[in-house]
Amino acid sequence: MRHIISILIENESGALSRVAGLFSARGYNIESLTVAPTEDPSLSRMTILTRGSDEVLEQITKQLNKLIDVVKVVDLSQAAHVERELMLIKVRATGKDREEMKRMADIFRGRIIDVTESTYVIELTGASSKLDSFIAAIDAGLILETVRTGVCGIGRGDRILKI
Amino acid sequence: MISGAEIVIRCLQEEKVDCVFGYPGGSVLHIYDALFKQDQVKHVLVRHEQAAVHAADAYSRSSQRVGVALVTSGPGVTNTVTGIATAYMDSIPMVVLTGQVPTHYIGQDAFQECDTVGITRPCVKHNFLVKDVKDLAVTIKKAFHIASTGRPGPVVVDIPKDITAQMCEFEYPKSIHLRSYNPVVKGHLGQIKRAVQILQEAKRPIIYAGGGAILSDAAEKLTLLARKLNFPVTNTLMGLGSYPATDKQFVGMLGMHGTFEANNAMHYSDVILAVGARFDDRVIGNPEHFGEEKRRVIHIDIDPSSISKRVKVDVPIVGNIVDVLDELLKLMDGNFKTDPDLANWWKQIDEWRGRDSLRYKQAEYIMPQFVIEKLYEVTGGDAFITSDVGQHQMFAAQYYKFDKPRRWINSGGLGTMGVGLPYGMGVLMANPGAQVACVTGEGSIQMCIQELSTCKQYGLPIKIINLNNGMLGMVRQWQEMFYSSRYSESYVTSLPDFVKLAEAYGHVGMKIEKPEDVEPALRKAFTEHKNDLVFMDFIIDPVANVFPMVSAGKGLTEMILAEDL
Repeated sequence: MRHIISILIENESGALSRVAGLFSARGYNIESLTVAPTEDPSLSRMTILTRGSDEVLEQITKQLNKLIDVVKVVDLSQAAHVERELMLIKVRATGKDREEMKRMADIFRGRIIDVTESTYVIELTGASSKLDSFIAAIDAGLILETVRTGVCGIGRGDRILKI
Repeated sequence: MISGAEIVIRCLQEEKVDCVFGYPGGSVLHIYDALFKQDQVKHVLVRHEQAAVHAADAYSRSSQRVGVALVTSGPGVTNTVTGIATAYMDSIPMVVLTGQVPTHYIGQDAFQECDTVGITRPCVKHNFLVKDVKDLAVTIKKAFHIASTGRPGPVVVDIPKDITAQMCEFEYPKSIHLRSYNPVVKGHLGQIKRAVQILQEAKRPIIYAGGGAILSDAAEKLTLLARKLNFPVTNTLMGLGSYPATDKQFVGMLGMHGTFEANNAMHYSDVILAVGARFDDRVIGNPEHFGEEKRRVIHIDIDPSSISKRVKVDVPIVGNIVDVLDELLKLMDGNFKTDPDLANWWKQIDEWRGRDSLRYKQAEYIMPQFVIEKLYEVTGGDAFITSDVGQHQMFAAQYYKFDKPRRWINSGGLGTMGVGLPYGMGVLMANPGAQVACVTGEGSIQMCIQELSTCKQYGLPIKIINLNNGMLGMVRQWQEMFYSSRYSESYVTSLPDFVKLAEAYGHVGMKIEKPEDVEPALRKAFTEHKNDLVFMDFIIDPVANVFPMVSAGKGLTEMILAEDL
C-alpha cells in the first residue's frame, strides 16, 4: 500500500539523516522525501512517500516516533488529504514539436518558464500520477531532463499537523 | 566563568557520577586536566576504549545508575562503537563523552577526526555535537535525561576541543523538557483491566519476562504478581534474575537453549503475559511455527515499537513495567480468581520438567556445566556473574540460578565477545567488595585480555572462570551439527599459558584439569584469594555441546535434547 507520512521534526543539522538512516537500517523503502522548514523556523516538515503492509507502516510510524528529534508523525493517506508534486521538465522544442509541446503543456495546465531557440522548461504541478501521465504523453525522445520535488501533502479541513 | 572542560566535570558531579571509564587523548586533554583538579569523580584508565564503554555499560547494568565513558576523538571514538552498539541492543543507559577536533577543523580531515555523530547514529538512542559552550551543560543534562528515561539507551555527546577551552557561566538545569520526547510511564487503565480479565480466564498461562523487567526494577512486583497468579514464569537470557530461579514456579530460561519445560509451556500456552521482552528470533524460534498455536498475548513494554513487531499482540500495554505491574496488582485485589484448570496445566508442566533437559553426563574431562554448578555452590548463588559470548555464556545462564536482578551481566542482543572482563570491572566499580566471576572461554577472553592490566591498577579481584576447550565452542557446535563436522577456523591453536599470563600481569593463575579439583580450586579462589584477581583456566571437555537446542529456523518445540544423541 502507498502511504504518505508527514513528520514534524526539530530543524537541526543531522535530523534528516536520522530519518533517512532509520529507513535504510530497517529496510523500509522511500519513494520520495521532501523537507523544508515550517512557519516556525525551529521545526521542519518532512513528507515521505513509502510503500508497505499495515504491519510495516505501524512499525515505521512507531520507529519514527522513537527518534528523539521527531515531534509528530501522521500517516496522511489514512484520511482525506491533498497531495501535490512539482516537476520541472526540459524538452526539445524545435520544428513542429515546438507547437506540440506548447499544446501539451496547456492541456496539463503546465507553464513554460524558460524558452530558448531549441528548448522549453515546463513547470507542472499536481498529483504524482498527473506528472507521470504528462511524461507518458509526450515523445520520450524529446525529454532532455526532468526534476521532481517528490510528494508533499496536507490533511483536508480540520486535520492539522501542528504542535 | 569556568571553562568548558570544567563544565563537563561539574555536570558529572551534578549527576552524582562517582566513576568514569576512559582513555585520554589530544581532544580531551582539557577535560582530563579538569578531572585532575578534583576528586569527586573517579576515573578508571582502561587499556582500550572498547573496554571503557563495556565497563560503563556493566556499571549501569549492575546498579541503577547511568554509566559514563570518556574518550578522545577519531580512533578513541571508533574503538567505542562495539561497546555502544552492545549497550544499545540491550537498552542500557549510558552517556559516552567523546572529544572532537576543534570546531573550525571539523570537516577538514584533521588529525584524529572522524564523524562521531554519523558513525554512532545507528547505534545510539541519541547523539549530540556541541557547537557552542553555552549549550554544553544543557546538552549533558539532556543526555542523562534521554539515556535514563523511557526505553533506556546510550547517548553520545561529542565535544570539540575549543569548546572545552572557552569560558562560560555554569548553570546546571534542574529539570529538562523536550517537546519531542515524552515517554509514556503509566499504562492505559482500560488495557490493564482487559489484561486482568484475560489472566482470570487463562487455562494454560505463562509469564514471559525479559530484560525490561530488570531495567525497570520490577523484579519484586513481578514476583508478587506471579505468586498471586500461581502462573509459571520463564525468563529470557536478558531477564534472568527478574524472577527467582530457585522458585518452584520458575520453569527456566526459554529460547534456543531454553529448558524443555519453558519452551513447551511457552508454545502451548493459551495466554502469554509478556513483560519487557520482545519475542526475538533467539526466543520464539520460527515465528510461523510459533503462530500455529492460538493464544492471547498481553504485552507490557515501555517501547511501543517492541509491541506487535514479531508477534501479534492482543492487549498492548505501553508503560513503565513496574508501574503497570503495580496497577495490575491493585486491580487483582478482592474477588480475583484464577481458572481452576490451572492445576492441569501445572501437571503438564511437571511432566515436561520430568525430562530433566539440563541433565548431562560426567566424563573423565571436566564438564563445563559442572564448573558452573560448583561456582553456584561456592558463591552461595549470590555472585555477580559476567559472561562473554558462546557456549560458556549459555552454560552460565542455564546452570547458575539467579535469584536476584542485576546479577547476570551479559551481552544478550549484540552477542559481543570480549565483554566479560570489562563487565567485571564495571560491576566492581559500582559494587565495591562484591563477589564477581567472569565466565568466559579461551576465545572470548582474548578479545579484551589487556584489561588484566587495568584490574591490577585498580585492584579489581575478578575471578575469571575460563572454560577452556581449545575451540570456539559455539561455532564448533554448529559446524558439528550443520556443516558435517568441518571445523573451519574454530580450533584455537597457540593458546597462551594463561597461568603465566595472569602472573605476568601480577595476578594469580590456576590451571584445573581434573573434575575433583574444580571445587577446591574455586573455594581457594573465593577465600584465600578473595582480594586477588584469579585467572582459573579450566581445561574442559573439548566436545561438550549446549542442549537443549532449537536450531535456527526451527520451531520452539523442535528441540534437540542431549538424550536424543
